[in-house]
Amino acid sequence: MHDLLRLNQLSAGYGEAIVLFDISLSLKQGRALALLGRNGVGKTTLVNTIIGVTRQRTGTIHFAGQDLTRVIPETRAQAGIGWVPQERNIFKSLTVVENLTAVARPGPWTVTRVFDMFPRLAERKNNLGNQLSGGEQQMLAIGRALMLNPKLLLLDEPTEGLAPIIVEELLRALQRLFREEGLSAIVIEQHARKILEMTDDAIVLERGRIVMAETSASLLAHPEKLEHHLGLSTAG
Amino acid sequence: MTTLHDRVRSSLYGARRWHPVEFIFWALALASFWLFPRHLLLMNEIAILALFALSLDLILGYAGIVSLGHAAFLGLGAYAAGLLAKHGIGDPLIGLLFAMIVSAVAGLLASPLVVKGNDLTRLMVTLGVALILHEVANSWASLTGGADGLQGITITPVLGLFQFDLFGKTAYLYSLSVVFVLFLVARRLVHSPFGLSLRAIRDNVLRASASGVPPSRRLAAIYTIAAAYAGAAGALMAQTTQFVSLDVLDFHRSADVMLVLIIGGPGYLYGGMIGAVVFKFLQDTIAAFTPQYWMFWIGLFLVLFVLKGRSLVHGGIASLLKHFPGLRMRKTP
Repeated sequence: MHDLLRLNQLSAGYGEAIVLFDISLSLKQGRALALLGRNGVGKTTLVNTIIGVTRQRTGTIHFAGQDLTRVIPETRAQAGIGWVPQERNIFKSLTVVENLTAVARPGPWTVTRVFDMFPRLAERKNNLGNQLSGGEQQMLAIGRALMLNPKLLLLDEPTEGLAPIIVEELLRALQRLFREEGLSAIVIEQHARKILEMTDDAIVLERGRIVMAETSASLLAHPEKLEHHLGLSTAG
Repeated sequence: MTTLHDRVRSSLYGARRWHPVEFIFWALALASFWLFPRHLLLMNEIAILALFALSLDLILGYAGIVSLGHAAFLGLGAYAAGLLAKHGIGDPLIGLLFAMIVSAVAGLLASPLVVKGNDLTRLMVTLGVALILHEVANSWASLTGGADGLQGITITPVLGLFQFDLFGKTAYLYSLSVVFVLFLVARRLVHSPFGLSLRAIRDNVLRASASGVPPSRRLAAIYTIAAAYAGAAGALMAQTTQFVSLDVLDFHRSADVMLVLIIGGPGYLYGGMIGAVVFKFLQDTIAAFTPQYWMFWIGLFLVLFVLKGRSLVHGGIASLLKHFPGLRMRKTP
């Protein structure tokens, strides 16, 4: 399998502030990567840099054989990077169906397929984006990213602030995407153990640098490593 | 049994279906020809203003582009159609098409200035473009007639059959037909994925961009289309009055159409039409009542309407839509 995404010595931040230092990583086609770390270590900045909404200082980004280092977010999305941001950013004046249709690109993912994955959305298909619950908005944000028919899905804390029953539903959907559909993904998630169970690889960030890169299975087998970097409460 | 796919299609295309109220609206517009035979000239003006407002609605209501210089395209269309007719091609449909093309090209050329930047930049740029065009038309008297206006326009019968008359019979039916056809196109456009992506850009430009929607190109496209629509309104004005003056490029035209859209409400296509009826009716009625001070009363009405009346009227419409959800015509919040 070839590298789908390759970051080389990446430094990036916001304005004059540099948040990420010398990040190098690669992700192979069909693999899911868990991005772990305490709050404020640069996880979201890394995902935002891949989609192109931060100020990149040094390094390169190669995706599916293309150099995306200097291209704008819309081109990165068109190249096949789907982004589910922490804030969800649902288009509030569009209905659920319209949110999905507005960004649709050709490919196997259609509105019907998204509804098949998230039946709850099908029930709310004619509701405006701002009339949905937090969980429904998150499902819609994931569905909207899938409508791009991406090669890579970036998920920034998809279960944050959601009720446990919704978290379970979302994690099941993600597991299906990673395991059954073979979609490549980078996931930031507070529920480290749960996300490690469904990803292939994991990296841990500290102060904007990668301090550990292992397989998810290895980290699950040696929880003391997680506890060392994340602390007991966040590793759970 | 209805499949999920069918339900998705039904939901997506539901907004495109015509509601009975829409049929009534257009039937009334046509019936006005027989109901108000003495007011056909006024109704022709309403139809043209409605088309102009529809044009502004496409950019303001759907794409969030504010403009204080939309009269630039109205004026260009009027002069294009007028000059074409003056120089021997008096066929109204050819003139209409020519005016739309000229205005569309101008819109396309101006679009890079408009799609970038914030609302204030857009206001200034659109206003500036309109002022420049006004001054060009004023100075280039050999072509435009300058302050005296463009005279000697002769329009041939519509389709070679219907001669324009003094009472506005042909003018109204011609204008109404053009408005209806262009409305159909606009209606199709705003309900297409292209139209949805415009609203997505208006809601959150960064999110839309990161979803693969190219904001600059989409905004440039709708600005060009809206310019063509404004050009069509200008052409109708020139053809039905057979005269073009500098007034078509004046600032008050841009301000009036903005007020019309505010009265009717942006973002559902009918707002400009309803606003045009109310605005022209007010203008006509108040001018008859107090010829010297009609602008004062219109100004007062608009101030009160914007402060209080708008929420009452639009709240009433929202309440109606709540009780009769079938009436909803994709009015955006």
